[in-house]
Amino acid sequence: MINWFKKKRKINYPDFWKSYARKFNDSLPEDLNSIRFVVLDTETTGFDYENDRVLSIGALSLKNNTLIVNESFEVFLDQHFYHAKNVEIHGILRDGKQDRITELEALMLFLEFIGNAVLVAHHARFDINMINHALKRHGMPKLKNKVLDTSVLYKKTLIATPLSRPQEVYSLDYLADKFDISTKDRHTALGDAFITALAFLKILVKLKAQRNFTVKKLVR
Amino acid sequence: MKNTISARVADFLHNYPPFNEIMIRELQILAQEVQIVYKVKDELIFTENEKAHDYFYVVHKGAVSLSKTANGDFVDLCDEGDIFGLRPLMANENYKMEAKAYEESILYAIPIAEFRPFTKNHEGVANFLMESFASNTRNPYSIGKKGKLFQEGQEESIPQNNDYLDLQTINYSKKLISSTSGTTIKTVATLMTQKKIGAMLILKEKLPIGIITDKDLRNKIATGEYPISAKAKDIMSSPVITYPKKMTLAQAQMAMMKSGISHLCITEDGTPNTEAVGIISKHDIMLELGNNPAVLMKAIKRSNKFKKIKTIRRGIMSLLQGYLRQNLPLTLTSKIISELNDACIKQVIAISLEEMDTPPPVSFSWLAMGSQGRSEQLLHTDQDNALVFEDVSQEELETTKSYFLELAKKVTQGLQSIGYKYCPADMMASNPDWCMSLSQWKERTLHWITNPGKDEVLLSSIFFDFNISYGNRELVDELTEHIFSITQKYPIFFVHLASGALQNPSPSGFFRSFLVEENGAHKDFFDLKRRALMPLVDGARVLVLSSQVKSINNTAERFEKLAELEPNNAELFLACSYATKALLKFRTKQGLLHNDSGRFIELETLSKEEKVKLKRTFKTIKELQELIKLRFKVANLVG
Repeated sequence: MINWFKKKRKINYPDFWKSYARKFNDSLPEDLNSIRFVVLDTETTGFDYENDRVLSIGALSLKNNTLIVNESFEVFLDQHFYHAKNVEIHGILRDGKQDRITELEALMLFLEFIGNAVLVAHHARFDINMINHALKRHGMPKLKNKVLDTSVLYKKTLIATPLSRPQEVYSLDYLADKFDISTKDRHTALGDAFITALAFLKILVKLKAQRNFTVKKLVR
Repeated sequence: MKNTISARVADFLHNYPPFNEIMIRELQILAQEVQIVYKVKDELIFTENEKAHDYFYVVHKGAVSLSKTANGDFVDLCDEGDIFGLRPLMANENYKMEAKAYEESILYAIPIAEFRPFTKNHEGVANFLMESFASNTRNPYSIGKKGKLFQEGQEESIPQNNDYLDLQTINYSKKLISSTSGTTIKTVATLMTQKKIGAMLILKEKLPIGIITDKDLRNKIATGEYPISAKAKDIMSSPVITYPKKMTLAQAQMAMMKSGISHLCITEDGTPNTEAVGIISKHDIMLELGNNPAVLMKAIKRSNKFKKIKTIRRGIMSLLQGYLRQNLPLTLTSKIISELNDACIKQVIAISLEEMDTPPPVSFSWLAMGSQGRSEQLLHTDQDNALVFEDVSQEELETTKSYFLELAKKVTQGLQSIGYKYCPADMMASNPDWCMSLSQWKERTLHWITNPGKDEVLLSSIFFDFNISYGNRELVDELTEHIFSITQKYPIFFVHLASGALQNPSPSGFFRSFLVEENGAHKDFFDLKRRALMPLVDGARVLVLSSQVKSINNTAERFEKLAELEPNNAELFLACSYATKALLKFRTKQGLLHNDSGRFIELETLSKEEKVKLKRTFKTIKELQELIKLRFKVANLVG
């Protein structure tokens, strides 16, 4: 018989996970300029969390309105699962010439890079879910970071009038267009992360001007 | 590790000297060490005397102004690809200027430690730096040698064809006409008349000891304070405020503004202890700036890129500044500036039309709404616009509409790039709801007028000030005709419009103190637009519409027309017209001061006189609101 009350057995996670988890012992700074944000984007083989795989992760470190080029993260993953039809979008061929690493290696590097930063992505749910599923495949729990979604944040900057219904979805291209951001390197993970980062900075300015803006509310 | 971002940075840098001297592969290594800094408008990058950062900066997007804080002198404006903040690093000194984001900007911060090897290993880089430090220009290769890189030392004169007109050095009248302190006023005045000058320097052994201007003659002689037989020394202003020979237009303008004088005395080294060499008058500056509407107008019509128009708009702004300083009547000022702004918009549309693959399928007109439609837009504000196109058959409607939407998207983008912010409520022609055929617009306005809910009234109050900025006038006339004929039939609409006009609370509180904002980014600021201008604008609109007055959009002009129509209320309406102009001028001055829309005023910065002036307009606003309340019997509706 199953003992429902039995304490869940404490899983002994690998060291890299433990050191990642330890970083969350400290709470986030209250000053917006001291918070480290990591803006990220993934390129994947498709949109199915179970079957599709992450092909590339790009991420940028953002603090005090400054992006440090050296602190950017870009990996290409070696995946067996492959859809030919998506090659058109991201241009990552299975035997492309980028240096490829295994999924586990990529995850280790990624966790090390993000630490306890607040994650920012466009349609963040998708990217975070993709990464969480990858983590799950390697027996690890979900990401512990706070997450912000630029498509959601952008909606908050808009003024609703009866004649301008906010759209359901704002694409990254739409934001780039609105904010006059060059879409060079669109559809590479790091390129998209860069566009997202600039859009995020511009959205932040608008949000900060709003009456009831607080850092706490932003990073809930 | 080379990555997408560093490659992007390297590609950008490679287009500009001195980086064009460096191999792209090496640049990519340098680019990895770069920080990308985002600055909002007016954010400081460094201040004067601040210890130099470990980085120098390259403007990637936007513009950065360099100025001396001590005297507020504007030294230079750095544009895309320009370097600043480098010399203090090379010379190991503190910053000598303040750098501030002139508009929203993205900067590349390049670490000096990584850059220094390039100055040693690349002759081209070293030469560039040497030359730019020596010639004191930011970029010795540029034809214009625009602006100065550093404030001290020798400076080259700058050729005429310069984008940054206000940064060129000024030509002053070198044929100095002067007198001595013992000369009689009569002789001085005669000489000034003969030589057609407005000011005379009084010299003693070639050193300037005083100055007599037209104003002195008026204030001190014509008033009888001094007899005509008085000597120059009796009425001259002394000591003379002096400036060095090499000053830029912007500096000269600032100097005049700061001291409230119209003539600057130029001496050999800028102090009153060296020989006087010339005089700069306000008139000289106006001429030099090419700040004459006709010149700017020509430049606008010749421009074929959005970016060029953006530069011209800076010229328009300094023209506006000049007009305000000279206290020209606001009616004239706003006419000229609106004309120029209008021309910019027209040109943006023309450029966009050229970029389209095909000419428009049917005729259309581009409507300016809100303040722009009322020709009251002096500063850069949000864009509010709409597009109406000729009716087409049902089958063609969709393709026609998508053509115009694409056009509108180009235009709104263009407008944004020349400085008109997107409307946060998306009331722009690129929104399908604001880009419609004539009959769709008729239907829409009919709906607003016959169902005057809160939103409908708000929308109509924005839309009904429309004015054509480009295209087929007949479409607009027909729409106007339509609106007038339906408002005739539904007079209840005016009651709603009137109650909308009364929505904005009275500007002064119980104890005649100013009502300030209680929260938000503008806490404790006075909202000039909402509390003072809007009641006047809204009031004028409802009165004019109900009097069936067509084709007058400007609020002040509307009040003047109303005064003409209703002699018994003429006094109030004229007061309203005056108040509108006064407030508009107020807003514009505040806006220029802070490089924003001037909507919010920091009360503490106002002088007592200004506050009194402002308050006087409030009384007028209150009276106007009373009149509207009575005339349209609004009380019944709201109460």
